[in-house]
Amino acid sequence: MKFLSEYRDQKAAEQLAQAIRKKVTRPWTIMEICGGQTHTIVKSGLEDLLPREITLVHGPGCPVCVTPIELIDKAVAIAQRPEVIFCSFGDMLRVPGSSRSLFDVKAEGADVRIVYSPLDALKLAKTNPERQVVFFAVGFETTAPANAMAAWQADHDHVENFSLLVSHVLVPPAMEALLSSDSCVVQGFLAAGHVCTVMGYEEYIPIAARYQVPIVVTGFEPLDILEGIHMTVSQLEEGRHEVENQYSRAVRREGNRPAQERIAEVFEITPRQWRGLGEIPASGFQLRGRFQKYDANRRFPFSGEPAHESPECIAGLILQGLKKPHDCPAFAVKCTPENPLGAPMVSSEGACAAYYHYGRRQTHDVHSELPSPASR
Amino acid sequence: MADGKPTTFTLSCPVPRVADDRIVLAHGGGGRLTHQLIEKIFLPAFSNAALDQRHDGAVLPLDGLTTGSRLAFTTDSFVVRPLIFPGGNIGDLAVNGTVNDLAMCGARPLYLSAGFILEEGLEMETLRIVVKSMQEAAAKAGVKLVTGDTKVVDKGKGDGIFINTSGIGVVESGAGLINGFERARLQPRRGGPKKKRALAPEGRPLAAIGPASVQPGDAVIISGDLGRHGIAILSVREGLEFESPILSDTASVWPAVEALLNAGIEIHCLRDLTRGGLATTLNEIAGDRNVCIKLEEALIPVDEVVEGACEILGLDPLYVANEGRFAVFVPETQANAALDVLKKVEVSRASVRIGKVEESPGRTVVLQSRIGGNRVVDMLSGEQLPRIC
Repeated sequence: MKFLSEYRDQKAAEQLAQAIRKKVTRPWTIMEICGGQTHTIVKSGLEDLLPREITLVHGPGCPVCVTPIELIDKAVAIAQRPEVIFCSFGDMLRVPGSSRSLFDVKAEGADVRIVYSPLDALKLAKTNPERQVVFFAVGFETTAPANAMAAWQADHDHVENFSLLVSHVLVPPAMEALLSSDSCVVQGFLAAGHVCTVMGYEEYIPIAARYQVPIVVTGFEPLDILEGIHMTVSQLEEGRHEVENQYSRAVRREGNRPAQERIAEVFEITPRQWRGLGEIPASGFQLRGRFQKYDANRRFPFSGEPAHESPECIAGLILQGLKKPHDCPAFAVKCTPENPLGAPMVSSEGACAAYYHYGRRQTHDVHSELPSPASR
Repeated sequence: MADGKPTTFTLSCPVPRVADDRIVLAHGGGGRLTHQLIEKIFLPAFSNAALDQRHDGAVLPLDGLTTGSRLAFTTDSFVVRPLIFPGGNIGDLAVNGTVNDLAMCGARPLYLSAGFILEEGLEMETLRIVVKSMQEAAAKAGVKLVTGDTKVVDKGKGDGIFINTSGIGVVESGAGLINGFERARLQPRRGGPKKKRALAPEGRPLAAIGPASVQPGDAVIISGDLGRHGIAILSVREGLEFESPILSDTASVWPAVEALLNAGIEIHCLRDLTRGGLATTLNEIAGDRNVCIKLEEALIPVDEVVEGACEILGLDPLYVANEGRFAVFVPETQANAALDVLKKVEVSRASVRIGKVEESPGRTVVLQSRIGGNRVVDMLSGEQLPRIC
């Protein structure tokens, strides 16, 4: 397939792997920020090609994984209201809250729908004027422009029965939180290509300088990641710490200005709770000014039980790159995609899900399936 | 009569208005409307000696059967939404699905039953389209629809049309058995299910076509590219548009199986790649037989448009449903011969060998990625969900 198979070419992959092997002289630990990159790495068996000296650790760039459990509980409570059509991207549905997931309440009769775009949710609001349509607006900078656009469009079209449950998070503050921690093991970063498509990469330049860490903006195909690793290793071996752009076919230094302007019009920066990481200052977006009328938090006051995480889940350590899914005693034993203890096991970008689906080499039981939508 | 003129009127009872454009509850009531439905829609489409008896059941001749032949019997229900999708509808799906289940037993499909559950308010025209497709699919597959049933449920209690089809086929004497199979190779594998083996009349052990006959050393062949049906359904459901529309692959695969049997290919196992796709099917077999199935990603054919749709939606074509594709396991030495046979049949023209069966690690499907790394192909957990970004 054009623009795809070129980036999965075996010969080119082997050449890049050889170049990495030639360059590396000692052990390096590199973190890929984005869960999409984690999945490519595990799904393509990319680590088989890397020299032993390179350790890849998986970063916090999984929006589903870092959405705080309190917010899942809130989403579940809102979805249960009879007047509400609750819309979400698909992979939020299985994420466990304190006691239940959106899937659970859907099975109990709540009107929970999977949409592909927040604008589809807005369309639902227009066609169901007697219902309240709520969209679960999670994600990093990548999904922020579309969510901003939905709020902007609702305001423009005077749609009253639409709101957003916002839990937007930002990459650079999370990187800084990781780097300033005493336990940080990361020596170089593969920055998330799609986040930078929107935001550009200027904001990473001070981080690279302050923490003396190379940051390479990297794409999502196997060859992108191999090239990103090669560029990072080259910097490490040469003692450089710069921001470089591997994903130049999609990312410009300044990013997508119109998207940034729309984000700035609709959202303002706020401190955010990150599941597994705690509160990080100035690390998220919330609706600002005249758009606050679309804040589902305000529209549906929630006073639920205090949230509680499974004490056995080590998602926080995994999201900081301090542990790998295999290190968790609950992995594939007590914690499976069918009965997850934490979000990384169910998100399509979660590290635990990637290891579970693609990385296990030992024998495993066949698990019962959830009912699947009829295709027959 | 006020103006003194005689009133003219015709002397006829008002005929009850027969609902002929939509299904009403009375169509399932067993009365006149039920009979009209049968006579106007079902009988003309499916007419054959057994059905035309209009009896409670079909009494079927067995004259074609020879000594040693065995019957295959299967059932499947169809609840697809939307009812009509690019490349087919619930009607041909319901025929082909059951025909293919019989074919996977190595059985020549002979007879089908059809049970319809219709929802009140269904447009008669939709039913006509569906029945016509069933008629065409049955004719193409060479099966007769010999008995049936219709029920109507209240509006909101169904999804337009649900269809159940059951099928009877015949595994002809010698066919569906692995000819000249050596006893030693039939021993249950370590950790595998222990099954008693029947003996053929001439004393040779019989091995039916099925997962229990899969052996290390088998080649894995699939009969064409993957994912068309699932993506065709999804594209309509989600309102996705592609430059060239993706059509469902729904088709009877019996001609391909028949060709393999006629050519004397030693078929170890046949499986259709329906719900859960190739990955789920292979995991079931690897698990049952405690073997490792090794695949090469670069060999697995996926149409460019299907691949593009999967990339956009975050789906893996290995898990997407097919309705006209199957996997066949044959000894490595027969793989080329099997491919030659399959490629001459329309429905399996694009057959390819995608991998092989090995001893270990047991209960595992391993895929060598395009870039040369290895990964496990797991059983699907729940449904594939579209991702955030």
